[in-house]
Parts: sequence; C-alpha cells; structure tokens
Amino acid sequence: MNIIVLVKQTFDTEEKIVVEQGTVVEDGVKFVINPYDEYAVEQAIQIRDDVGGKVTVVSVGPERTAEALRTALAMGADEAVLIQDSRIGHDEHSVALALHAFISQEPYDIILGGNFSVDNGAGQVAVRLAKLLAIPHASSITKLDISAGRAVVQRDAEGDLETIELPLPALFTAQQGLNEPRYPSLQGIMKAKKKPFRELSLDDLNLDAGAVAPRTERINLQLPPARQAGKIISGEPAEQAQELFRLLRTEAKVI
Amino acid sequence: MSRTFLVVAETRGGSLRQVSYETISAARLAGGADTTVAAVLIGATAGSFVNELTHYGADRVYTVEHADLEHYNPQGYFAALQAVVQTVQPDAIFFGHTAIGKDLAPQIAAELGTGQISDITAIEVDDNGQALFTRPIYAGKVLEKKAFTAFPWIATVRPNNIAPLEVDPTRTATTEAVAYSQPTLQTIIRDVVRNTSGKIDLSEAKVIISGGRGVRSADGFKPLEALATVLGGAVGASRGACDAGYCDYALQIGQTGKVVTPELYIACGVSGAIQHVAGMSSSRVIIAINKDPEAPIFKIADYGIVGDLFEVVPLLTEQFKLALQP
Ligand SMILES: Cc1cc2nc3c(=O)[nH]c(=O)nc-3n(C[C@H](O)[C@H](O)[C@H](O)COP(=O)(O)OP(=O)(O)OC[C@H]3O[C@@H](n4cnc5c(N)ncnc54)[C@H](O)[C@@H]3O)c2cc1C
Ligand SMILES: Cc1cc2nc3c(=O)[nH]c(=O)nc-3n(C[C@H](O)[C@H](O)[C@H](O)COP(=O)(O)OP(=O)(O)OC[C@H]3O[C@@H](n4cnc5c(N)ncnc54)[C@H](O)[C@@H]3O)c2cc1C
Repeated sequence: MNIIVLVKQTFDTEEKIVVEQGTVVEDGVKFVINPYDEYAVEQAIQIRDDVGGKVTVVSVGPERTAEALRTALAMGADEAVLIQDSRIGHDEHSVALALHAFISQEPYDIILGGNFSVDNGAGQVAVRLAKLLAIPHASSITKLDISAGRAVVQRDAEGDLETIELPLPALFTAQQGLNEPRYPSLQGIMKAKKKPFRELSLDDLNLDAGAVAPRTERINLQLPPARQAGKIISGEPAEQAQELFRLLRTEAKVI
Repeated sequence: MSRTFLVVAETRGGSLRQVSYETISAARLAGGADTTVAAVLIGATAGSFVNELTHYGADRVYTVEHADLEHYNPQGYFAALQAVVQTVQPDAIFFGHTAIGKDLAPQIAAELGTGQISDITAIEVDDNGQALFTRPIYAGKVLEKKAFTAFPWIATVRPNNIAPLEVDPTRTATTEAVAYSQPTLQTIIRDVVRNTSGKIDLSEAKVIISGGRGVRSADGFKPLEALATVLGGAVGASRGACDAGYCDYALQIGQTGKVVTPELYIACGVSGAIQHVAGMSSSRVIIAINKDPEAPIFKIADYGIVGDLFEVVPLLTEQFKLALQP
C-alpha cells in the first residue's frame, strides 16, 4: 500500500500572535505539524504496519517546514518530500497545484490530509487535490477501515455521523477522534536522520511560475478588537441571577 | 456588463438554513446593486423553497431536483452544481461555510482552476470598487482581509455574521429547473446517524449554553439544557467535557470543534482555555459561571458570576422563565 500524507507546518495553538508591518511575526515562534495532519500521519503509519507498504509525507512551504517533516519521519513515516520554491503562491490554488504536480507522478493508493490547518484554516487544499487527481474523497473522517481495495469511513458532518464506502485510490481528511497520534521515540528520531528526504523546486516538477500564480491576495492583517474583562456580579446566588437578568435586558439588550 | 453571482442554498430538517439567507446577502454586498444574484438549491424536493429564496433577495432561482440528491454525496452534489454552473456561467459562487459548503466549494474551485476565500465574516467594497473579504485566521486571533485577483470567485460565508437582507414578500424571481444526469457514483453513503436532528445547529444558534468539565457528568448537562430550552438556544461543550465522556464531540466548541458567533454565550464550568476561546470569542455577549474567580474565562466575559453552576443555572432558568412568559 502506497500512502501519501499531506503535512502542513503550523503555529503551535498556544502561540501569541504578533502582527508587524502587515505580517505575522515568526521570530521565536514554536512550529508544529498541523494537529489534523498529525492524525493523518498516525493513521498512515497504522495502515502500513497492518498491511505493509510505504508512507511518504509531503509538504509545500519554506525551509523551516523540514522540521515538521522530520517529526513525521520520527513518528514512523518512511520518506519525506519538501516542495520549496518562493515562486509558489501563498494560496490554496497554488499549493494544491504544486502538490498535484508531484503526486500525479507517484504511485499511491491512499492520500491522507487534515480537515483544515489551525492557522490559515481555509480547509481547501486536500479536497482541491482530490478533484485535480480525479479521485473520490471523504472529508472530516473519524474512522477508516481498509479492505479489498475499498475504504469504509465514518465522517463527521456538523455532528451527524455518516458511514461512507468508496474505492481506492482515494483521499481522506482527518478529523479529531480518528486516533491518538504517537510521540516520536528517541529511537524514531535517530532513525529519521537516515530516511530519504527529497527537496523539490518548481523546475523539478516541470511547473512554471505562471502556472502556480495565486488567485487571491492578502490586502492586510488586523488584530480583532480586544475583549475586556467585564463585570463580576456579587451577592447571594438568587440576587446574582436577578441582577444578571436585569443587565442582559437593560444594558446588553440581548433578551 | 452585468455580472451574475450564484448562491448555493441548503436545507436542514425540512427548511432553508438561516446561513443561506445570509449568503444571499453576502453575494449582494460583494456584487452591488447591478449584480444578478441567482440561488441554486440541490435536493430531493428543491422546488418547494423557491418563494422563500426570492423573498430573501434572489433574482433568479435554479433547482436541481432528484431523489438521489436527498442526502449530500460529494460526487452527486458536485455533478448537480456543475450542471448549473455550465448553464449560468457565474462570475462568483457563494456557499455557507457548512459541512456541505466546506466540501463542495473546494471541488468546484479546483475544477474551475480558481481562487477561494473561506470562512468570511464581513465584506466591504473599497473606493476602487474592489470587494474585500474579511476572515478570521490563527483561530480568531487575527483578521485577514483578502481580495480575488481573477474571476470566477468562490467564497464560503461563516454563519451568524452577515445579516440577511430584509424580507420582501412582494419580490418575484425567474426560476429554472436544471436536469441532473447522475454520474457513476463511486462514493456510496451507507448510513447517516442524525445526532443533531430537531436541535438548533450550534453554528447558527443565537444563544448557546456551554458546559465544561465543571458539569461533572452527563446528567450535569440537564440544567444547561433546561436553560437552553427557555432561551430557545443550543447546548455546546468544551473539549474537557467531551473528553470526559459527558457529551458527544458533536457539541465541542473551539479551535478543533465548532466556531460559533451567537448573540449570547453562557459558559458554565468552562475554564476558558485558549483553544476553547478560539471558538467563541466573537460572540456578542459572553457570560461566565465558574466557581474559580481566577478562571481565565472571566478575562473575556462581559458578565461573570463566581459560584456553583448547579446553584446558579437553575435560578437563572427560573428568572428567565418568569420574565419571558407571555
Ligand atoms: C514559500 C512558501 C511560504 C509559505 N509560508 C507560509 C506561511 O508563512 N504561513 C502559512 O500559513 N502558510 C505558508 N505557506 C503555505 C501556504 O500558503 C498554505 O499552505 C496554503 O495557503 C494552504 O492553506 P491553508 O493553510 O488554509 O490549508 P487548508 O486548506 O486549511 O489545509 C487543509 C489540508 O491540506 C493539506 N495542506 C495544506 N497546506 C499544505 C501544504 N503547504 N503542504 C502540504 N499539505 C498542505 C494539509 O493536510 C491540511 O490539513 C507557504 C508556502 C510557500 C510555498
Ligand atoms: C491542539 C489542541 C486543540 C484543542 N481544541 C480544543 C477545542 O476545540 N475546544 C476546547 O474546549 N478545548 C480544546 N482543547 C483543550 C483545552 O486546552 C482545555 O483542556 C479544555 O478546553 C478544558 O476544558 P474545561 O474548561 O471544560 O475543563 P477544565 O479546564 O478542567 O475547567 C473546568 C472548570 O470548571 C470549573 N468548575 C468546576 N466545578 C464547577 C461548578 N460546580 N460550578 C462552576 N464551575 C465549576 C472549574 O473551576 C474550572 O475552571 C485543545 C487542546 C489542544 C492542545
């Protein structure tokens, strides 16, 4: 079984965000594998350990992204590919095309990605890729069973639970609940250093810059208005309830 | 030349979703008065919603009706929408940022080789006539303004953020039924368990009562449900409560759960971890009920009550019941 996992490197979810001159400051920030992509990596490793095969992790991004790929290798993935080229647009259209150019040249049975990235959060790249490759997909999955060239998945659709069957090759995006991602072991980290790691540019993919020009642009970034700590309502519980009701009606005017 | 923007409408539990009206409004905001706003509804009984879509601002309504379209199938709905797109040749397509919109929009964007701006909360048109789309990123810690560099545009609109247009029951629209030629479906929907049927969808709820680990058990959600019923709201939860098995993950609010923007959010026994706040910090009014005065949730709450939720919540329910009785 050839399994490809789409990995994006994201800000750690605890990071404070500082905006300077229209961009988010990256100095001193801790980067992680996008938490949803971590589920995808874990699932890929489990399938390979079950039925054999190879797990390739691939990412489009700047040099720092290599660290996320090394972590995935340390978890147990077999090979990593970093597509790095400043000519690739920072938009989901461009990134999906770059991934497509690489993956369409590779053998694959299963492609796994995340539901969305926790920083930019567009939730587009993986589903776009399925369409570009003309393969079926199931998004936001919480369970994946593979047998005899078919997949049966459970999918979370705004709280409803769907059971879907589809043939391989297919693409899946991981939702929370799919599994518990493992931590890389010390031995895994040592082994990762010797695993194949390729870096590819647009030229390697036979793409020219025009083909991966973005279709959207960022105009600016702003911080949302900060929320202030409000009133603490004191008194006996019955008084508190009464006072809260009064404030909601006369001051906040929500009821 | 006048432009046509297409809005993909959705139903839920037999009625049109609120977010569909908001999406019509979004298309109008982005396109201005000269733009023709067309709505499309895909489903088993799509035809019955034409009037409502019209009254909420659609100039034209397309329907794709077929028994096989009763439930969302990524390939079936894509084929249905594709047929409409070929007929209409829209300059933009707007979706709700819903389970269906999130799955369908990137498919059509990839097919058309075009850009998509996801999860929009506001739209403005600048002095040069360029439409600017605001979307929260980094879990709501930053607001990004984006624009398209080429047509057609694809956009998804976050529920509860853009007000629908005023209803005008005298409006009329042209309608057209578009034929659905079923593709060979590789994806088969075996089963759907509706955890949410009959309940108000969290992303569209105007009032949310959420419970954290402080509710202590599944039964601990009962007083929250009673309060939600009185206020016509929905019950949500923190991951703490979901992880502890007190409720289904379908209720989880936060960075890895649902993002909600209600008028009123009442957090009960929720500490206010950064990942939880990411999912609810844009609520209009936030109330925190927590027995720990140091709980971080108080830093973002408009009103706080330091106390035991099992004491305070039933009292609140009584208070609201008395006052809201006709
Ligand atoms: C030179 C360069 C610099 C970049 N710098 C940044 C940056 O500073 N900040 C930033 O947020 N992005 C950066 N990117 C990445 C790119 O802009 C985003 O990955 C892209 O816009 C995807 O959007 P998203 O994050 O909303 O992903 P979503 O559409 O939300 O992602 C859904 C899923 O698709 C897959 N996926 C998404 N993006 C990638 C990717 N890049 N590689 C592999 N799989 C992916 C993952 O499985 C993910 O879970 C850079 C890219 C390049 C080429
Ligand atoms: C990558 C990542 C993603 C995450 N995503 C999410 C997410 O989407 N959503 C989310 O919610 N969390 C998320 N988390 C988890 C988050 O960090 C917190 O662990 C979680 O929100 C805590 O839940 P809680 O507030 O219910 O529990 P706790 O932090 O244990 O807080 C319980 C609170 O209840 C109060 N309490 C107890 N008894 C009573 C009583 N009788 N009356 C009143 N108050 C009482 C306590 O004082 C305390 O403040 C994520 C974490 C990570 C690392």
